Amino acid sequence: MGALQNINLDIEEGEFICLIGPSGCGKTTLLRIIAGLELPSAGTITFGHKSIAGPDPNRTMVFQEFNLFPWRNVAQNVEFGLETKSIPKGERHRIAQEYIDLVGLTGFERAYPYELSGGMKQRVGLARALVTSPKVLLMDEPFGSLDAQIRNLMQDELLKIWHRVRTTIIFVTHSADEAVYVADRVAILTTRPGEIKDIVAVDIGRPRSRFDPHFVGLRCNILEGLDMPC
Amino acid sequence: MSRITRQKGVLELLSIAIVLGIWELVAVFIVGKTFTLPSFHEVATSFYDLRKDIPGDVAISLKRFAIGLLWAAVVGIPIGAAMGWFKSMERMFDPIIQVIRPIPPIAWIPFALVWFHLTDYGAGFVVFIGALFPILINTYAGFKSVPRRLVETAQVLGRTKSYGLIRFVAFPYAAPSIFTGIRISMGVGWMCIIAAEMIGFKSGLGFRLWQRFWFLHQMDNLMAYMILIGVVALVMDYVFRYLTERRLLRWYKEV
Repeated sequence: MGALQNINLDIEEGEFICLIGPSGCGKTTLLRIIAGLELPSAGTITFGHKSIAGPDPNRTMVFQEFNLFPWRNVAQNVEFGLETKSIPKGERHRIAQEYIDLVGLTGFERAYPYELSGGMKQRVGLARALVTSPKVLLMDEPFGSLDAQIRNLMQDELLKIWHRVRTTIIFVTHSADEAVYVADRVAILTTRPGEIKDIVAVDIGRPRSRFDPHFVGLRCNILEGLDMPC
Repeated sequence: MSRITRQKGVLELLSIAIVLGIWELVAVFIVGKTFTLPSFHEVATSFYDLRKDIPGDVAISLKRFAIGLLWAAVVGIPIGAAMGWFKSMERMFDPIIQVIRPIPPIAWIPFALVWFHLTDYGAGFVVFIGALFPILINTYAGFKSVPRRLVETAQVLGRTKSYGLIRFVAFPYAAPSIFTGIRISMGVGWMCIIAAEMIGFKSGLGFRLWQRFWFLHQMDNLMAYMILIGVVALVMDYVFRYLTERRLLRWYKEV
């Protein structure tokens, strides 16, 4: 009895792909398998030419609940992924600062997580995941716990950052609107068994408008794919 | 009046003054016998009489206390950490702890004397027994409660080995717990050293206190020692809290 079945998905380098589906469809499980936090019971999952055997800073993750280390301030959180590599301290600070600036947290380096708003916490989460220059950035409903305005703002921020760093992004969401707004392709997962039902290519140039009829049409396609009213 | 009472420290000092006043009145006018209840002024005078003995007595008790506490931390923190992190360690150590822990530390005094004789290590051993379990159990609880999600976050960011996860995730997460354990241990350990000195060891605050009673019947001196023992514990607790909370509670507010 597996949570996932018949998952066949090739992801291109530098691509922004969304996984969308109802809760319980296994989209988070799929992401955790890619991250190396869980092993698939059958089948293989390869990264480049090697199969994934465990976590690796080439595939970092941004979590819905942020998972910042509460005893570390912003700069120390961001530096975490650099500490396992043999990088001199000064160089670590420099790289961390670069990513803190990139996510717009300049001036908050010494703040502790409890002093930050949800949106700011996720900016830290993003900087911390990007600091190792991962080939793939895994995002598990990263903006799911933020309110609507902040969420839209963060989507724009993320796209801006993605243009700068050009890493592959695999982004899990349950919002069709979010998926069409950010992704190059949207993979629709169904529940019981969790499998890929359809892949929708979002052929709209960026920046995208939510009022564009084609945008609305694609969002409808995805919602119909999820058996939801449009 | 209300303006004055709102000022910090006024009501606190007032309450202490009232208690001291009642004590003095009861001791002088109702009891009237130093052996049954020495008065406040007699105890205050005792402090002056004992001024030459006090520093040495405090020093020797503190030294034994420090020996015991240090060993309790050196033994308790690694075992507690291992038990909280590795299931097999938990299963191995838990039964032993369950058996030894309920034995009051004071019951170890005879063996402390037999094994270490009248040395500071003997008295320190009683403190060690008393201080070990609060440190060990709190460390264990702290390590046990490390959220899985934080461990996974660290793994994804490249900390994949147990040692790194313990040192950079579990230990900082558990630190407030460990410090709580040490604080409790300090209270228990201080009781242990006084008891050990009262019963077996021929110096220190506990010995002095017992000596005033058993050999000298100087209850005013005895009460001065009682107060001194309390004040030393209070000061240690304050110093410890000052040192740890400034570093720790910056982030601990959230959790």
